Amino acid sequence: MTEKAKPVELDVAYVDGVKLTGPWNRMFEPRVITDYDLNPLEAITQIPGAESLGYCYQCGKCTAVCPIDTVGDYSPRKIFRRTQLGIDLMDSPDLWLCTTCANCLRVCPKEVNMIQIMPAVREQAVAKGNAPQELLTAFENTARYGNPLGEPPRRRADWVKAAGVPVPILAQHKAPVDVLWWVECYPSYHPRGKDASVALARILHHLGVDFGILGVEEKCAGDSQRMAGETGLFEVLAEHNIKVLSKYQFNTLMVTDPHAFNAFLHHYPKLGGSWPTVHYTQFLAARVEAMEFTRAIRKRVTFHDPCYLGRHNGEYDAPRRLLQAIPGLELVEMGRCRENSYCCGGGGGGMWMDGFAAQHLNMRLSERRVLEALEYGAEVLAVSCPYEVSRFEDAVKSTGNAGRLAVLDIAELLAQSLGLIPEQV
Amino acid sequence: MRPILVVTENQGAELSDSSRELLSKALALTEAFGGEVVAVGFGEGAPETLKRSGAHRAVAVGGSAVAQYASLPYERALHQVLERIQPSLVLLPNTTLGMDLGASLAAAKGMAMVAYCCGLHTESGALVATSQVYGGKLLAEVAIPVEEGAPGTVVTVLPGSWAPEALPNREPVLETLLAEEAQGMVVRETIAPESGGDVDITRAEVLVSVGRGIQDPENIPLAEELAQVLGGVVSCSRPVVDAGWLPRSRQVGKSGLTVKPKLYLALGISGAPEHLQGMKDAELIVAVNTDPAAPIFEVAHYGTTADVLDFIPAAVEAIRERGA
Amino acid sequence: MRIAVLMKEVPDLIEELELTPEGRLETDVLSYIPSEWDEQALEEALILKEESGAAVTVVAVDSGQVDDMLYTALAKGADRAVKLAAESEVLTNRARAALMAAYLQQDPYDLVLTGVQAVDDLDGQVAGLLGGQLGWPHASVVREVKAQGEQVQCVQEYAGGWMATLELALPAVLGIQAARRPPRYVSVAKVRQLQKTASLETVEVTPLPAVELPVRRLYRPAAAGHATMWSEDAAEAAAQLVELLQSRKLIRS
Repeated sequence: MTEKAKPVELDVAYVDGVKLTGPWNRMFEPRVITDYDLNPLEAITQIPGAESLGYCYQCGKCTAVCPIDTVGDYSPRKIFRRTQLGIDLMDSPDLWLCTTCANCLRVCPKEVNMIQIMPAVREQAVAKGNAPQELLTAFENTARYGNPLGEPPRRRADWVKAAGVPVPILAQHKAPVDVLWWVECYPSYHPRGKDASVALARILHHLGVDFGILGVEEKCAGDSQRMAGETGLFEVLAEHNIKVLSKYQFNTLMVTDPHAFNAFLHHYPKLGGSWPTVHYTQFLAARVEAMEFTRAIRKRVTFHDPCYLGRHNGEYDAPRRLLQAIPGLELVEMGRCRENSYCCGGGGGGMWMDGFAAQHLNMRLSERRVLEALEYGAEVLAVSCPYEVSRFEDAVKSTGNAGRLAVLDIAELLAQSLGLIPEQV
Repeated sequence: MRPILVVTENQGAELSDSSRELLSKALALTEAFGGEVVAVGFGEGAPETLKRSGAHRAVAVGGSAVAQYASLPYERALHQVLERIQPSLVLLPNTTLGMDLGASLAAAKGMAMVAYCCGLHTESGALVATSQVYGGKLLAEVAIPVEEGAPGTVVTVLPGSWAPEALPNREPVLETLLAEEAQGMVVRETIAPESGGDVDITRAEVLVSVGRGIQDPENIPLAEELAQVLGGVVSCSRPVVDAGWLPRSRQVGKSGLTVKPKLYLALGISGAPEHLQGMKDAELIVAVNTDPAAPIFEVAHYGTTADVLDFIPAAVEAIRERGA
Repeated sequence: MRIAVLMKEVPDLIEELELTPEGRLETDVLSYIPSEWDEQALEEALILKEESGAAVTVVAVDSGQVDDMLYTALAKGADRAVKLAAESEVLTNRARAALMAAYLQQDPYDLVLTGVQAVDDLDGQVAGLLGGQLGWPHASVVREVKAQGEQVQCVQEYAGGWMATLELALPAVLGIQAARRPPRYVSVAKVRQLQKTASLETVEVTPLPAVELPVRRLYRPAAAGHATMWSEDAAEAAAQLVELLQSRKLIRS
């Protein structure tokens, strides 16, 4: 048995100017919190942007919704607690596991904002060169080639050759367009991303949209690099992209990648680049009436809300409207959907830290999500973020479910139903 | 033509393969241009091996200063030889020795220089060198002046560039030269290739070899799994060792080991000339690299531009299915 | 100890090299990156600086493409950056080495590090050219450089995995094969900061004489021995591999 705590009582105490006497100011022995060396916590909370880590009062709501905690031992509450106990976040793997999915912020009563804390603290770590090597390689690639994959900049528009429909490149087009399509990196270079780009190009052509792309003039929008701690790189990319976009006349900026979408909505305007911006699912949902579907897709399809389209920017309906328009398609929702959607693991730089995450987590987030889709009897996992197709396809294979779940971009499903691409499912 | 000087290296008690390559080429060139071949060798074994060089004349450089290789005393001795011979052409292997000495001799003696040479041929009375540049992606052609007043040219030749012809059975006129001790450079310790404790990749029949394309040390176990199902071992290219992902004993190539397995599976290796040098004689070469223009496909028998990180698990699975 | 790191920019091989009908590189479409071995040399120099407090100067011949490379080197920790003014923007290695040698004669350093090779050094590697031109001890294909008072120790590599530990008297030139650690990353913000605050010194030198050989032409190697290409789909290619290995009796069928 531990000794009973002794009450501490003062004759008179003033708390916020209020006089408290005797038992009114009674407290038990000072809580151990005052024994901690709070320097490590203060070193973090004094970083501009990271102040709110100090607001945490350990309620644990975040732990219940943090996608990382389901495959590891992690959550903002734990980060706070460990930092309070003296662990330096700068040297901790905790700094790199957050995917900035924003589900914690949704439930946090104290508004501990990991969306601001993570890039702020990571920026300091990156400045010291103290980050997972694979992430630094992605930064280096982005700085050098304008894309994190390290692909040749001159081949950014090579996918267009497979489109089978005209995809005007503005530098050659020499005329204003109604829609400037921001293609972004994975849809330009990744084999499965290119499939979705071809599908989307054909849909735009089918709808008679007057559109164009930037081609080799486009560089990564840089939002995930910013979240991963490379603010300077983000700024260089943004300055370049704003300069290029400013050369052309268009009415709408249509963006494939929710991360780029987020950048154009919230961060490019601060640097002087502001255009009417829509995600491609929003753009197409507004034109769903004009789509002439010719093929039914008789499949149970579930949809994974991208963090940066849903929670970050509030768009949950456009993708669903598109899926529901496809004849024969049965849309089933997973338990974790919409505001409480799970995360594919690719955000916040997670796309480039798979090796690092594998060291610290017992399963990839994408694997956990694929298992959830299967639990709900889905035959197709529909996605609308270019990070996701490759992540989920890998996860289908690595969990031993090859052939049981197809992963397709919404653009691919639409194009298939419109008879614009060969049948995928 | 003024003489052609060939700087030879020994491999055990014999002239090295690359030295024989250079000698046979030099002899062929003297047939076209006239003149003599002078072979120079270093160390204790040189007088013996130079006898079999087929050269017209030979200089054996001896003495404790050149008992083991060090650029400075070798260079000083070669300066003396060059002064005496006044060669029109100096041939060296593009090994560490050639990289040390080729450029420095050229610069010190005011000669021209051609490095990474992979071909030397005559063209209507002129001498033309072909070199590998830009990681083997391009070849460069350089005309080497051989007329009387020309300053002379140093050429370093990539080992294995051509098959050596049998050297003529002629005993050269042998001179010896005692190398002077050179102040300013000491060999502290010679370190033998790592063996023992780790696998010997030169004896493996199947090598699963990884390069930069493997991207991350976390992915090495993938390659190990593939090697295991194939009954082979994992080797690698230089950058993987430099990054500390695999020990030096696994390195294939110029500064690593030369291998000749039954199957060489090159995963994410672009095929720099230095790497190709160490594996191009493998019986069966399969290359996986996303760049269709990667030089590895020039020496591979089969190839795919699939992503290695997709290919490896797919191959493991396919082999397990069939093998089971 | 004063260390000079000689760096140069080379065409980035990630993009396909294009040739003019005359067999020259199409320079309009080239993008340049620091030679990867020079980056290794810089890293080794920075490690030496951390170990022994050396002062590191990066030196490049000013071809009009080197500013980013030099600012990045400063951001990584180099103390000074020097551009050598050149008359031409297209320089052979001999011409570069002649400028570098002239500079090193006028501003002496204890130790000169540079990459062991570069993808374009057809006419000789810089370490050897400088060693010969200056008459300094030099060694190529080296790593693990340690400063020891008036001398420097390093490991030189030879074919077949043989190595030797060398000691060289200073001043000396080393051609670095690899640094002890992969070259460090420096954040873009840090580079940008230095672009605002630091300055690159420009030095004019009269190059030492150099013998140059003109390149007659560049061309692509004949793809005589090109691999038979399988599917680009990983699963299909894997199946083709299994088929091949079975036919060659390299796996059980």
